[in-house]
This record gives sequence, structure tokens and C-alpha cells, in this order.
Amino acid sequence: MFAYIVRRLLFAVPILIGVNLITFALFFMVNTPDDMARAQLGAKQTTPEMIQAWKVDHGYDKPLFVNQSAEGASLLTDTLFVQESLKLFSFDFGQSDSGRQISSDIYERMWPSLAIALPTFIIGLVTNIAIALLIVLFRGSTLDSVTMGVAVAIMSISGLFYIIAGQVLFSKTWHWVPISGYAEGLEGLKFLVLPVLIGVFAGIGAGIRWYRSIFLEEINKDYVRTARAKGLSEIKVLFGHVLQNGLLPILTGVVVVIPSLFMGSLIMESFFGIPGLGSYTIDAIQSQDFGIVKAMVFLGSVLYIIGLILTDISYTYFDPRVKLS
Amino acid sequence: MMDSMMPVFLWTDIMIWGLFILIVMGIVQILHDPQKRAQWHSVFQSKTAMVSVLVLLVYFSIALLDSVHFKNTPDAQDVTNSNTHKELISVLDMGLEHLIQNTERTYSAPFALHEYSSTVVYGENGQVQQVYLPLKHVAQHIDMDKSLVTYDVLTQIVWALMGALSLLMGIAIFHSYFYLNSLARQTAEVKQQRLPWGMAYLTLFSITFIGLAFYILSFDYHVLGTNKVGEDVLYQSLKSIRTGVLIGGLTTVVMLPLALLLGISAGYFKGWIDDVIQYLYTTLNSIPGVLLIAAAVLVMQSIMSTHADWFGSTEERADMRLLFLILILGMTSWTGLCRLLRAETLKISQIEYVTAAKAFGLKPFTIIRRHVFPNLVHLILIALVLDFSGLVLAEAVLSYVGVGVDPTMPSWGNMINQARLEMAREPMVWWSLVSAFIFMFILVLAANLFADRVQWVLNPRSEK
Repeated sequence: MFAYIVRRLLFAVPILIGVNLITFALFFMVNTPDDMARAQLGAKQTTPEMIQAWKVDHGYDKPLFVNQSAEGASLLTDTLFVQESLKLFSFDFGQSDSGRQISSDIYERMWPSLAIALPTFIIGLVTNIAIALLIVLFRGSTLDSVTMGVAVAIMSISGLFYIIAGQVLFSKTWHWVPISGYAEGLEGLKFLVLPVLIGVFAGIGAGIRWYRSIFLEEINKDYVRTARAKGLSEIKVLFGHVLQNGLLPILTGVVVVIPSLFMGSLIMESFFGIPGLGSYTIDAIQSQDFGIVKAMVFLGSVLYIIGLILTDISYTYFDPRVKLS
Repeated sequence: MMDSMMPVFLWTDIMIWGLFILIVMGIVQILHDPQKRAQWHSVFQSKTAMVSVLVLLVYFSIALLDSVHFKNTPDAQDVTNSNTHKELISVLDMGLEHLIQNTERTYSAPFALHEYSSTVVYGENGQVQQVYLPLKHVAQHIDMDKSLVTYDVLTQIVWALMGALSLLMGIAIFHSYFYLNSLARQTAEVKQQRLPWGMAYLTLFSITFIGLAFYILSFDYHVLGTNKVGEDVLYQSLKSIRTGVLIGGLTTVVMLPLALLLGISAGYFKGWIDDVIQYLYTTLNSIPGVLLIAAAVLVMQSIMSTHADWFGSTEERADMRLLFLILILGMTSWTGLCRLLRAETLKISQIEYVTAAKAFGLKPFTIIRRHVFPNLVHLILIALVLDFSGLVLAEAVLSYVGVGVDPTMPSWGNMINQARLEMAREPMVWWSLVSAFIFMFILVLAANLFADRVQWVLNPRSEK
């Protein structure tokens, strides 16, 4: 087991290097620091001196891969690639263009993101599985087809619309919750209710379709038929057998999502003014702060890879038939 | 029209017409192959599939009409008029010219006769008044008599109803001629192939009726209101169709060759090729989608702003940006299909007849063309129709984040984005949001329903 995890972690390294190369190429080769400086300073009246000053200011004045003006090891290390990209591997995210420490920003903003993403995720999971089990119980009936129709309709509506409609109804018209904002502790509860509910509702359509198909696949298997033949009630079959055996595919979908909870929901946070990682990223994108975007891309892929490894490990834990080698 | 017109071919125009030709070729192929024909026949046996295809057809035709562009060079004497014209106009714009011309000053509600908010006006004696100014281009023919407006609207709706009915009757006569003809030749077979024609006619009737009513009324009223700068919301919603359909349709076409090439090679050749391709898509996959797209669009934006001289008119510039967005979306979304194709190709290349073909010494390309590819077609088709709706929805989110289509390009994402600010107004300006929502919802819902049906029929593993 230990050896397996180590091997998977080692396998992650080339992938992360690849991710890094892609972001590096995007940010420093396709869009050179000169372009960035021009975009930040305003395209019209920028002199070469101003551009150079901006680059020195932000540490972008070094060559890309090989620094010919340096000697010894710094021939390769005193370059943009090492300074800006490889540093990420030690989780040293550096400074944003506005001069703040990115790592401390991320640490601070992680909690609001979790406060909204975690409840959304758990409530959503339980609701989706419960509804899916219920309609599997009544499969083939009118209830089934109506629910599936509603699920497609829910899926077909843009998430933006749910957010806007929710804000208009619950905050603006009925004044049940504040429109946006965030506070820590129990105070913050009133700010979180609406985004969580909207998040759950927006995901319900795709969720119950997915879980329903998992359960339906399970329900046609031989062991279920045997269980029924033994005279077990349909409910016992569903909860005792189908749910249990459906756990594995559910797990696959779920574990991958868990690390991304840290990243927060981009849209939700920026609409509700929650100071999490999602709104952090959106703000960075809109103000063209490449340092932050780069850090978030790296963090996102690290979390994704951790998710994949966790999935594999949880497989062995829940299903003794799966052996890791 | 006095202006001289020069046809202009935007990149996306060429691509969407290319897609159209591909689809037509696909249909011709299906019609020639009895087995595929039977398969698609059962797709259309479902009422929802029939309805959603008709809806998709309407959207696609509007997108096609909006993808034939002309350069509008006003005549020398016509200079005064030139600022109301756009540089590039499409066939759709020509049909809706009155909507472009009938721009108001600011917001107005659907079917309103006055502006939405009051304006301070100085009277003749210098006293200050708060008045709701009348709209410039509304109901000019009936002199603003409120009681007449209802009557006028109803009359026009009745005209639309008659128009739709007569159009439908024409189609029905045409249709029955062919139906009776084939019935006379092969009675049993034709009777057996029962398609939900009733539902099809009902859908067609609803679409033509609503479309005609809106069109006739749009000459005298702002059917869906106007936005902040007085532009007609109906016109914006219609123009947004092209953006939505293009992003949904062309992205899948852009990613297809890549996914096909890499997926099949990985699955068929295995070994190091497989390793490299797997590495490639795992790496791309591990970057959060929105972030990768955002980063790429950001880079593209700054390139375009530093090389402003590359593009002619604002429309060409916006179109280039749309094309880039489509390419970027394509580059980030091929991984899913690629993985699927790789797995399926691995499975297929184990089957006896493929092993036999290999033993006979057939070239890999021949084997792939004859044995592997035909077994993948259903997967590709399912993936394409499934992706479509997701991409249309993604456009809205991306435009909101600021990394979507150009802000000057009409799109549902841009409309929703603007509507967000309008929600804060008191009283609320709701119509742009609702129009964008309805237009988008109908397209995505139709695509989802059609995708469901296609998946159910074409997927050999689905239980029927």
C-alpha cells in the first residue's frame, strides 16, 4: 500500500511539471512580460523604460530559460522558469501584482470557500442519492418519468439564472437573507443559507440522473434477483444491497470532487460576495493578475491529482476485491 | 436599400456552413444505409425527439441566416444615415432592419408605450416636470390610444395565426403528396413506419405562429422591451442564437479530429504512443477547466489588444475572439472523448476479426478505417450531442467571468451579465434576463432531450 502511494505520488511529478510548462508557456512565452506590462500600464503612452521598470518591479525582467549574463548554477536558476514556475513546487506562490503574499491570501480565503462548498456538497449528495433511490423504487411509473423530465429541465437552466432568481426572490423581494456578504462563525450562517441552497438545487438535475443510472445498473444484477427471490422487501433490497454495492461508482465520482471543494465555486462566491478562493480567482482573472492565476492553476491540479490517488485508495478500502499493485 | 453590398466571409461563417454541409452529407449517408436509417427512424419515433429536432432546426437555421455577412458601405449622399448602420450586416439583420432602426432612448417594458423611467422635462413656462416620455417607434399608426393598442395587438396576432395556418397547410399538402405516393407503392412498409407527425405539426404550428406574431408585432412594438441604451431585446436575443449555436456546435467539431486521432492511436498502437497520449490528456485534465480557459482567453485578449491592427471592423475583431474562444474550448474539451475512444479502441482491437485482419497483414490505417472507426461512430455521435448543451451553458458563465465572447457581441451570457446590474434597479428591469433565459433554456432543453434519445437508441448497451 505504502509503496503504491509513493509510486502514484512520483507519477504525479511529471504531470505537475507538464501543468507548469503549459501555464508557463501561456503566460511567459505566448504572452510575454512586455505584453503584460503594456496591458497593465495601458497600451498607449508606455515608454520602453516604463515597461522595463514594471518588469523589474514584478520580477519579470529575467530571461526565460537560460540566463547568459549570470554564472555558475544561476545560469539556469536565475531565470523566469525557475523563479516563477518551479518555485510553485515548494508551494512558494510568491507575490501578487498588488504586492500581497499569495500563500497567506490562499490560506485566509480557503475557509470561506469550504464553509460554502462543504455543506453544498454534503447536502447535495444526500438529497441526490435519496431522490434517486426513491425514484428507482418507483421505476417505470409516472413518478419516475415526471421526475426525470423535471431533472432534465433543471439541468437545462443556466446556473447564473438560479443565482440571480434566488437573490431577487429571497433577498430583494422577501428580505429573508442578506443579498451578499460574509461573516465568520454562526453570524455567517445567514449569508451561507442561500448560496448553499442554490448550489444544491442547481446540481440536483444532473445528480439524480447520474445516481439513478448507477442504481438501475445495479438493480438488474443477479445478486439482487437472488435477494428478491429470498423474499426480501423491495426497500430492504434497495438499501441493503443496491445502495451498498452502488457505493463504489458513487465513490469514484465523489472523491475526485472533494479536493476541488477547496477551490470554491467561482461564480457562486463572486455573486454572493464571499471572500473565498473562487472570487479570488475571478478577481485575479479580471484584473489580469497572472501571479494569482498561475498559483491557482497549480493548486487546482495538485488537488485534482490528490483526488485521483484518494479515489484509488478508497477503492481498496471499500471493496476488498480491488487489490492495488 | 441604396447601399452597396459586398459579401464578407468571417471565419466562423465558413465554419458553420462547413458544419452544415457535413450534417447534410451525414444525412445523405444515413438515407442510403438501410440499417442506419432504421436506427434513426427509431430516434424520431419518440415525440420528444421529434419536437426537439424541430426546435434545434429552427435555431440552427437562424444561426445560418445570421452567418451570411455583407459589408455595408453607405453611399456618399447617405452619410447622415451611416451611423445607424453597422459595418457588417447579415441576412438576418436585413430581415430585422426595422429592429435595428427602431432604437429608443433607454429602458422600456415589453409592449410599453412610454419609457420605463421618468425624465425631468422643462415645460414651456420653465416649470420642471417629471414625465414618462413616449417611445419614438411604438404604435405610430394608431395615435397612442390605449384602448386601440389591445385591439391592434390582437388583430396582428390573428393575422399571424392565419399566416401560420396557411403555411402549415402548404407543408401538409406537400407532405401528403409524398406520403400518398409512397403509400401507393409500398403500403405495408410505409404504414409500419409510424412517426409522430401530429406532434411534429403541432410543434411546427407553435413555432411559426409565435415567430410570425413576434415578427409582425415587432414592427410596431418592442415585443420584449428595450435595454439600457434602447436596443430591442428581441433583436438581441435573436442575434445571440448565432453565438450560442456556434459555440455549442463548432467546439465539438474543433475537438473531434484531435480526440479521434489521439484516442484511436492510443488505443490501437499502445506502447509508448499510448503513454505519451495518456500523459497529455491527464496533464490537460488536471488543470481546472474554467481556469485553463480563463488563462488562455486572458492571454488571447492581451495579444489582441497589443495587435489591434490585425483586425478590420469591430465585428471582425469580435468574430476573431469568438473563433479563439471556440478553439480554446475545443482544446480543453477533447480529453473526455479521447479517453472514451481509447478505451473502446483497446476493446475492439482485441476482437477476433481485428486480430484476423492484423494477421492477414492489412495496414493499420485500413483496419482502423474498416473495422475500428465504424464501431466508434455511435460513441462520437453521443458525445457530440451530449456536449452541445454543456457548451451553450458554459458560454454564459464564461461571458460573466469576463473571458467569454466579446462584450460587443450579442450573446445570452452578455445579456445575463448586463441584466444582473438591472436587477438592482428599482423597479426591477426583468425582461432582458427573462428573454435571454427563455431563448437559452429552449435551446439547451431541446439539445438535452435529443441527446438523451440519441444515446438511448444508438448506445448498444442501453436497455430497451
